[in-house]
Amino acid sequence: MLWPLPGRGRIRGGVHPPEHKELTAALPIEEAPLPRRVILPLSQHVGAPARPVVKVGEEVRAGQVVAEAAEAPVSVPVHASIAGRVAAIAPFPHPAGRELPAIVIEGNGEDRWVEEAPPRDPERLSPEEIRRLAKEAGLVGLGGAAFPTHIKLSPPSTKPIDTVILNGCECEPYLTCDHRLMLEETEAILDGLVAIMKAVGAARAWVAVEDNKPDAIARLREAVRGKEGVAVAVLPSRYPQGAEKQLIAALTGRQVPSGGLPMDVGVLVQNVGTAAALSAAIRRGRPLVQRVITVTGRGVRRPRNLRVRLGTPVRDLIEFCGGFAEAPARVVLGGPMMGVAVADLGVPVIKGTSGILVLTEEELPAVRNVACIRCGRCVRACPMGLLPLYLGRAAEHRRWDEAEAYHALDCIECGSCSYVCPGERPLVQYIRQAKTEILARRAKGKKG
Amino acid sequence: MAAGVIWSSIGTMALIGLVLGLGLTYASRRLAVERDPRVDQIEQLLPGANCGACGYAGCRQMAEEMAAGRAPAAACVAGGSATAAAIAEILGVEAGEVQERVAVLLCGGGAREASRRSRYLGVQDCLAAQLVAGGPKACAYGCLGYGTCVRACPFGAIRLNDDALPEIDRHKCTGCGKCAEACPRHLIVLADRASQVFVACSSQARGAEVRKVCTVGCIGCQLCVRECPQGAITVENNLARIDQERCTRCGSCLSRCPTHCLVAVTELTPCQPAEGVVDWKQAAQSGG
Repeated sequence: MLWPLPGRGRIRGGVHPPEHKELTAALPIEEAPLPRRVILPLSQHVGAPARPVVKVGEEVRAGQVVAEAAEAPVSVPVHASIAGRVAAIAPFPHPAGRELPAIVIEGNGEDRWVEEAPPRDPERLSPEEIRRLAKEAGLVGLGGAAFPTHIKLSPPSTKPIDTVILNGCECEPYLTCDHRLMLEETEAILDGLVAIMKAVGAARAWVAVEDNKPDAIARLREAVRGKEGVAVAVLPSRYPQGAEKQLIAALTGRQVPSGGLPMDVGVLVQNVGTAAALSAAIRRGRPLVQRVITVTGRGVRRPRNLRVRLGTPVRDLIEFCGGFAEAPARVVLGGPMMGVAVADLGVPVIKGTSGILVLTEEELPAVRNVACIRCGRCVRACPMGLLPLYLGRAAEHRRWDEAEAYHALDCIECGSCSYVCPGERPLVQYIRQAKTEILARRAKGKKG
Repeated sequence: MAAGVIWSSIGTMALIGLVLGLGLTYASRRLAVERDPRVDQIEQLLPGANCGACGYAGCRQMAEEMAAGRAPAAACVAGGSATAAAIAEILGVEAGEVQERVAVLLCGGGAREASRRSRYLGVQDCLAAQLVAGGPKACAYGCLGYGTCVRACPFGAIRLNDDALPEIDRHKCTGCGKCAEACPRHLIVLADRASQVFVACSSQARGAEVRKVCTVGCIGCQLCVRECPQGAITVENNLARIDQERCTRCGSCLSRCPTHCLVAVTELTPCQPAEGVVDWKQAAQSGG
């Protein structure tokens, strides 16, 4: 089905870094070997950490709930990703940087699962049941932000959602896991999309894909034929196209207000991986215990797209991919633009991890941090229409009020400004610092 | 003709001057703002750093509040007792107690003592470093050493030493607390000026973990607890704590500490020990 896009069909600003997707784009998704040991942090999602319901020494099967959702509304359960024995419940290295409480399971080598739930047809489920299944499966957004899916699927009645956008842009360089998923699991993705549309009562949906994935576009176009209200939207490759607010503006022409959410403009955005996981949760009762990630970069010998069990240590996966190619300079979880560097290879893959990127010294970004010459490249690059040069200056001189007045809190931290800055100023880092200070001040209720 | 122009100009100017002068005189009388002369006097006595430790917007506002009787004469923490006494004299009230406090860094793990787990290339600021995966230091509690406290100090009392640790000059420190507020890891506390023995470590990690990342961290071994004749030391969450009210500054714990994380502040600060203060280094060497 075709209809004209109400939006401009492209984002404002942005950048187009070298894609480096050729390393893994043609490689089918492989199953990573069953890990011997998994580390399952209680906090793999935005919101309150889950509460353990198993004890050290207890035998668990894959798919069993090991930590239930906290009482706070924004929380999801955590499931065992392998069968084995609970070895510890203690702080372990977490991708966020420091040690956080986690459940460690020592595998027994068998891949035994809990009883599968009876198959259900999303067409026959009520929106309430879809939300419940999403929560019980521990579903979160798999694009990276890891926001609990059932919350996104429960918009208040005052904010009806008319449009669902399935995000398959994958605008981050290097990453190809969503690309492969769209090629290999097209049906599951669209099945999940139908359930999402049903849950929020939206009549129309777009699957947004960038034009650098022509095979995925062709495959999706074929698959949406005959599906009422669903269309494929092709966008020119541009970073950060996959950012929620940017994608909504590009497709629908609606602007999410400052400090607002997509539901304020009647839109829901979900990652393609989340849709596939929702389909598995409904059709097979499979909780979220594995995901597809891209292990890539010049620093790893055999880059691959892998389906991995959550909790697998990064070290195991790098070893499975042939180990380090040459002296690795930095290991990043996620893409090169927004990913976070890790200090410990023992950190596990969690729900929001989309890739493991091993960069060599040459691939590292330079940071010189010389004085700003006001060339304005960051202003042109900023997809939010902010003035990164003034934000950076205000934060550098600790003028938090000024940073707030320049709308620091609207920054999505995409990194486009730092990328284009000829002075190699760490603008995003300055802005993040300002955001932290501004929020801390607001929390204290004090004017500075 | 030329002379006429000159005279008439002078005359006009004089007339304008006279009229404006009278106007200004009248206005200054009529519109004068009643001002308490004591406000200026008090402001003169204050440090003038506008540090905000008193809770007011700056020294001037606090002086006004004091003159109006809405703030106690001892409200200026930075000024100390001497300032409070002088202000009390102007106001004709009792000075009241100023608890003189001083900032103390509760970490001794500088670049040489504490190990790093990653290379950090970003903005040279502690909060910025802390936001990047929790900072490059292996110890999750220790001083990051990028000098955010140094830049926060309005009195220039802190500098980074060659071990990348902030050194607080007790003579310059007024106890305003700006540094304590700025430190993202909350490693600076305000202590009573009289207290001198501190645990220069804030790590709540277990002893074995502390050993792995730092040579001068508190390992919670309890030796100091047993050594203290006053029973002033307790170990909570793997970290020794000194009850400063009970501590008699005898220094016997210093020599017992196996990791030397128990320190007397006079050792850390570049200033000379004041009169009547025990030389702790000597005390520690001679076995307490």
